[in-house]
Amino acid sequence: MSPQFQQARWSEPLLSELGTPGERGYVPTAPEAEIAAHAPDPLTAIPPAFRRSAPPRLPQVAQPQLLRHFYRLSQETLGNDVAVDFGLGTCTMKYSPKVNEHLVRMPEVQDLHPAQHEDTVQGILEVLWRLEQMLCAISGLDRFTLQPPSGSAAVYTNASIVRAYHASRGEGEQRDEIISSVFSHPCDQSGPWSAGFQVVELYPGPNGYPELDALKAALSNRTAGIVITNPEDTGIYNPHIAEFTRLVHEAGGLCVYDQANANGILGIARAREAGFDLCHFNMHKTFSSPHNGMGPAMGASGVKEELARFLPAPVVERRGDRFELDWNRPDSIGKIRSFVGNAQIAVRSYAWILALGPDGIREVAETAVLNANYLATRLREVPGMSQPYPTSNTPIEQFRWSLEALREETGVGSADISRNLADYGFQPVFGSHHPFIVPEPLTPEASESFSKEDIDRWADAMIDIAKRAQADADDVLEGPYRNACRRIDAAALDDPERWVPTSRVERAKGAVKGD
Amino acid sequence: MPHPYIPNSAPEVRREMLDAIGVDSVEDLYRPIPSELRFKGRLPLEEGIPEEGRLRRHVEGILRRNTPTTDVLSFLGAGCYQHEVPAVCDEINRRGEFVTSYAGDVYGDHGRLQALWEFQDVFAELIEMDVVTTPNYDWSTAAAMCLRSSVMLTGRRRVLVPAALLLDRRLVFQDYLAHDVQVDEIPFDEATGLIDLAALRGAIGDDVAAVYVEYPNALGVIEHQAGEIVEIAHEHGAMAVVGADPSGLGVLASPGSLGADFAVGDLQPLGMHMSYGGGLSGYIGCRNDAEVIESLPVFIFAKTDTLEPGQHGFGYLNFDRTHYVKRGEGSQNGGTTTALWAITAAAYLGLHGPEGMRELGEGLLQRTRYAADRIGALPGVTAPRFSGASLKEFVVTYDAHDVASVDAALRERGIFGGKDLSVDFPSLGRSSLWAVTEVHTKDDIDRLVATLGEVLA
Repeated sequence: MSPQFQQARWSEPLLSELGTPGERGYVPTAPEAEIAAHAPDPLTAIPPAFRRSAPPRLPQVAQPQLLRHFYRLSQETLGNDVAVDFGLGTCTMKYSPKVNEHLVRMPEVQDLHPAQHEDTVQGILEVLWRLEQMLCAISGLDRFTLQPPSGSAAVYTNASIVRAYHASRGEGEQRDEIISSVFSHPCDQSGPWSAGFQVVELYPGPNGYPELDALKAALSNRTAGIVITNPEDTGIYNPHIAEFTRLVHEAGGLCVYDQANANGILGIARAREAGFDLCHFNMHKTFSSPHNGMGPAMGASGVKEELARFLPAPVVERRGDRFELDWNRPDSIGKIRSFVGNAQIAVRSYAWILALGPDGIREVAETAVLNANYLATRLREVPGMSQPYPTSNTPIEQFRWSLEALREETGVGSADISRNLADYGFQPVFGSHHPFIVPEPLTPEASESFSKEDIDRWADAMIDIAKRAQADADDVLEGPYRNACRRIDAAALDDPERWVPTSRVERAKGAVKGD
Repeated sequence: MPHPYIPNSAPEVRREMLDAIGVDSVEDLYRPIPSELRFKGRLPLEEGIPEEGRLRRHVEGILRRNTPTTDVLSFLGAGCYQHEVPAVCDEINRRGEFVTSYAGDVYGDHGRLQALWEFQDVFAELIEMDVVTTPNYDWSTAAAMCLRSSVMLTGRRRVLVPAALLLDRRLVFQDYLAHDVQVDEIPFDEATGLIDLAALRGAIGDDVAAVYVEYPNALGVIEHQAGEIVEIAHEHGAMAVVGADPSGLGVLASPGSLGADFAVGDLQPLGMHMSYGGGLSGYIGCRNDAEVIESLPVFIFAKTDTLEPGQHGFGYLNFDRTHYVKRGEGSQNGGTTTALWAITAAAYLGLHGPEGMRELGEGLLQRTRYAADRIGALPGVTAPRFSGASLKEFVVTYDAHDVASVDAALRERGIFGGKDLSVDFPSLGRSSLWAVTEVHTKDDIDRLVATLGEVLA
């Protein structure tokens, strides 16, 4: 197998370089003559010092050239619609049904103002309410808020609720520590930190998950709770999780479940049975809303009934056949963002769950686990690939393996292999969150959306790249070749003297050089 | 029946995969999960609807109970606005390649990274700040993040914010800051709606990490003292976080020109549908200062060279500053925010150019002036309530009628009136905040005035 793929390589100029002075791509509707006559020089109301002194240096380009530019950039982007994207382990890339894209572009969704009177938004409130009920069923918890606009925002929300809970019991000052594990998502530490906690991280034992003794040693009267992912980033499920939650409860803490990795256990295992008080799901991962190139997104935070009073305002309540926004929440943590959140994402996830139903949801989980394990089986054929925690050899969802042996043999590491996947029409494969406990890590995740053939082709590409590395390391080190851009000078990204986030910075650097 | 969203449903394919793995059934793959943690039974969900037509009818049936603003005449604003959405913006942000991308990054998503860099590049010209990040969730969270950064950078634990603040913004600050930062509100002048500078000078001290100011403020007033406020902050070693609605920046002074340390605001007016608040996107600009950038967890892309001479490549600027690397040791939360809206805003600014942004700004000022004066001419109404200039919003106060009743009567006549301020600003009495943009024609405004006149009569 040699790469047959060729990505578009348009070598597009920068947006700021398009067009010619005097061109334009849009004319905003001008006010009518009577309105203009009423305020002929509208800027007189603005003190001169507060008027813009020079026009902004924006592009001056006609519509066809601008549209073409962005279409070409889209062709240089390997979205899941056009490429098999299970390189992004922990991100649960899956099919985002097109019918849902049509639904969110209805005027009844996209042209709603968030402060409309409740009588005029009964439909969207009903969708929010129904989705909440579904998530309660899937998690076993009692209430959800759909306000957090990302998974990490949902973890942060839950940490805020933990803070409010202890404060309500007069223990806010004392309980200032959150326990997490190093294989939990990074936001399981930064979220609690942002909410004011110190974070204690547990390292994995020989089976890849933290030992009970490590947890016991970390618990104290300062413990506010635990924020943990399971299956962890490695795809390894901690079988002692119920013991973990029991011990944290005994110490007076709350248990927060990061369920960003829920895809393999939908309908199989729930937060409630494992003893969690709070959890969250990523609507843009497990529940099919597209990732939108890094948002907008939605993280739904769920809690047990006794914590519902702390949820951000407002919550959707059903009173008879009517849906209302309840703002009267004196114990609420406040708000996580404006209005109710990214409502269009709730529409997509609601429609997705409804399309599947209880049996379909379970089939999603089972197929995801089947796909993950089949992919793992195929990847055993990759030269120099090893499994770091062999006793926990059944991945649930993604898995984290190592190319350390290949690196030692050839000098080609996991990041090099990952980059070269672009030559085969695949997104690069995710390595690991920091710290890199597993050396030369790779973390793929084959969700239920991918066929056996998809998996075979991806595995074949991985095998091919590793064999090429054995034959000619430089060939792989200099790759990729067939995608939209060659290997970059990455040092310029981290050096404040060299980095170029905008042309303004580039001009300033040029001016300095010119001196 | 195989579900259309799930391949590998055919029994023979599943068998083949299970055989390759070396297990009898999928159930064997769930061995790591102890049986006492297994959920027994079937999830209590409605039966699935695999037929697209039936699913669509069902969901559309629910959604049709909404009345979109496009079916009525709406004057709601207060943080989310009905502006024109150029068709090209809709076309670009519905491209499946962008919509279903995530982290293909440097080598898989070269085009997405270039588009996001271009957003930074052109938006930096609009706000006249050297660095622009991938936007945060919305204006409120962008402001909260920069205020937190100011606290981290100065080591001080007090911030000053205007009392003329949207309730949403106040509640975001309450959650994100107030647990360990003192958030003090600076009152506004009752006549102008502008910040009371004397009160600001009285409140500020060397314990203040940052002063936040925005234009327009929650009363619709253009805070034209923002430059002075920035100076007052700097005199005390505090940072200045300046919020600005980008739809006015074709004609109004930019945050950068005012000396802002951080610029924030919402991209939603620049090509995003409102989507019940789902169109919001909070831009952040800052100086090209490594320490300041270090305090922000949101992604920034940088342009660099590749092995091929003359080719641009794009990558993450100082990725190590993000929460993905720092985890629990001193990083705010980053991650997935609102990248698709940044790409859309870049296209919007490219379409409009300097001239379009000037025309947009001037047109907003003119329509608002016309609408406020016409409404203010009605008996029993004060509009605009404040003398400070408006960009696209102004406060209307009724002498005798309560806002909710007037709104209900207008609604019956196909008009959504301004946002009721009785909860956000009880001190303003029977007041509401009205937004007028380029979607409103003279006929629209005249019809509103006539109808409001009937309702109040």
